[in-house]
Amino acid sequence: MIESITMEDVAVDVEGVDYTYTQSQKIDALRDISFKVNTGDFVSFIGPSGSGKSTLLHLISGLLNPSKGVIYVNGEKSFSSLGRVAFMPQRDTLFPWRTVEKNAVLGAEILGVPRKVAFQKASELYELFGLAGFEKVWPNQLSGGMRQRLALLRTFLIPKDTILLDEPFGSLDALTRYEMQQWLQQIWDHDRRTIILVTHDVDEAILLSDTIYILSERPGSIIKRVDVSIERPRKKKVIHSTEFTQIKSEIFQILGSEI
Amino acid sequence: MNNLRQKNKEYFPCMLFLAFSIFFWEWYVKSGYVSDYLVPAPSAVGQSFLNHFSILPEHILTTMSEALVGLFFAVIIGVLIAALIAGIPFIRRVLYPIVVVSQNIPILALAPLLAVWFGFGLTPKVIIVVLIGFFPIVVNTADGLMNVDKDMISLVRGLGANRWQTFRLVLFPSAIPAFFSGLRIASTYAVIGAVIAEWMGASSGLGLFLVRSQRSFQTDQIFMAIIVIAVLSISLFISIQILSNIAMPWRKALIDMGDK
Repeated sequence: MIESITMEDVAVDVEGVDYTYTQSQKIDALRDISFKVNTGDFVSFIGPSGSGKSTLLHLISGLLNPSKGVIYVNGEKSFSSLGRVAFMPQRDTLFPWRTVEKNAVLGAEILGVPRKVAFQKASELYELFGLAGFEKVWPNQLSGGMRQRLALLRTFLIPKDTILLDEPFGSLDALTRYEMQQWLQQIWDHDRRTIILVTHDVDEAILLSDTIYILSERPGSIIKRVDVSIERPRKKKVIHSTEFTQIKSEIFQILGSEI
Repeated sequence: MNNLRQKNKEYFPCMLFLAFSIFFWEWYVKSGYVSDYLVPAPSAVGQSFLNHFSILPEHILTTMSEALVGLFFAVIIGVLIAALIAGIPFIRRVLYPIVVVSQNIPILALAPLLAVWFGFGLTPKVIIVVLIGFFPIVVNTADGLMNVDKDMISLVRGLGANRWQTFRLVLFPSAIPAFFSGLRIASTYAVIGAVIAEWMGASSGLGLFLVRSQRSFQTDQIFMAIIVIAVLSISLFISIQILSNIAMPWRKALIDMGDK
């Protein structure tokens, strides 16, 4: 089904945003960021550490207010209304005092989804997230990969159309990471929500995204937009295709001049 | 069952050593190497238990009431002040230094003063226990509330949680472990705090019993009282440990896993 792009198809609209931290000392984190993310797209941000990637997600989620410019999420200003997106912070941030199933429904609980409905929805997804049989277990009894999957499940169970992921696989070993990337593709394919991913892993960004934005060093600004049109679903071997390596070397060239 | 057997095995050497020490002690005193009015034989301490079986419960009841009532108020006041300190920066600046400095006042030295003010009843002893127990509870609980994981706060706030939800979902549960470590410390001092407060004057209680026994050189009674106090202290500590295991089942799960 092909539709013309109207305003409603834009999930996130960032217009001329600057952000400066002013708590203990002035740090210019982001400068003149503008981009649009269409509903259902998978967009990644990549850049050197300290390029303000996490700050950008905090701004979109509404936890921070832009020093300059505006951010619209589904047409509404993000800062004036929290709780418009599903945000997964960098660390898994599971609540140790909640069992797996109660961690999973945390977001739904805050947003007032009835308990029964939330548990029902979660129970349909444990299999897919590789957590079946672990519903009653405490998070500290899970492996690192499982914790990460639970954090993702919690994020996906938040009834919002836009999902922000801050280096979701950063702490995982290469093998688990690869599995999780495959599996994230699968889930995204399954419900096609808008995803904005922050990562420092170039392969990950290319493998998963429709569009990649490359950020400069601090203060972060968008130095390049790269569109990835490799056919989906993308298997591991795609990494060795000419298309993939071309994009990769392009990104490294841009990043190389930055680092 | 297996677990129990393993535990028995673990504690067996210690038990054996204790049993041997008690026999040696009995033999040493009975052989006349030391006067029995200075060090009573274990059998004499045991005899003392039998002799005082009827009056002990009353003294225990008095001391334990003081300790428990004191601990109860220490918890209420301690948690309240901790919440104020953690929640309101202005109050933190006013109260926190006072709380810390107040710990340098030897609280037991206040006992005579409290006896003057409040007489020989329950009140001055309870106040002593409150003063002793309140500090570790305040400091630990306030720390727990202030060192809460900022990412967790961001997470729930980002989802649009209000202040009450943030407290209920994040602040309260993450302060529980710290609160219990404070309570554990407070509980170890509660019984002995009450006993010492009783030295200043009381009409009942293990402290009074100790003082009376000392005046009449009844060392067997002193030993008995010490054992009773120790057992009460340990029981209180264990009860709190059990309470904290119930309140924090996720911690216990972790320890169980470590055992395997």
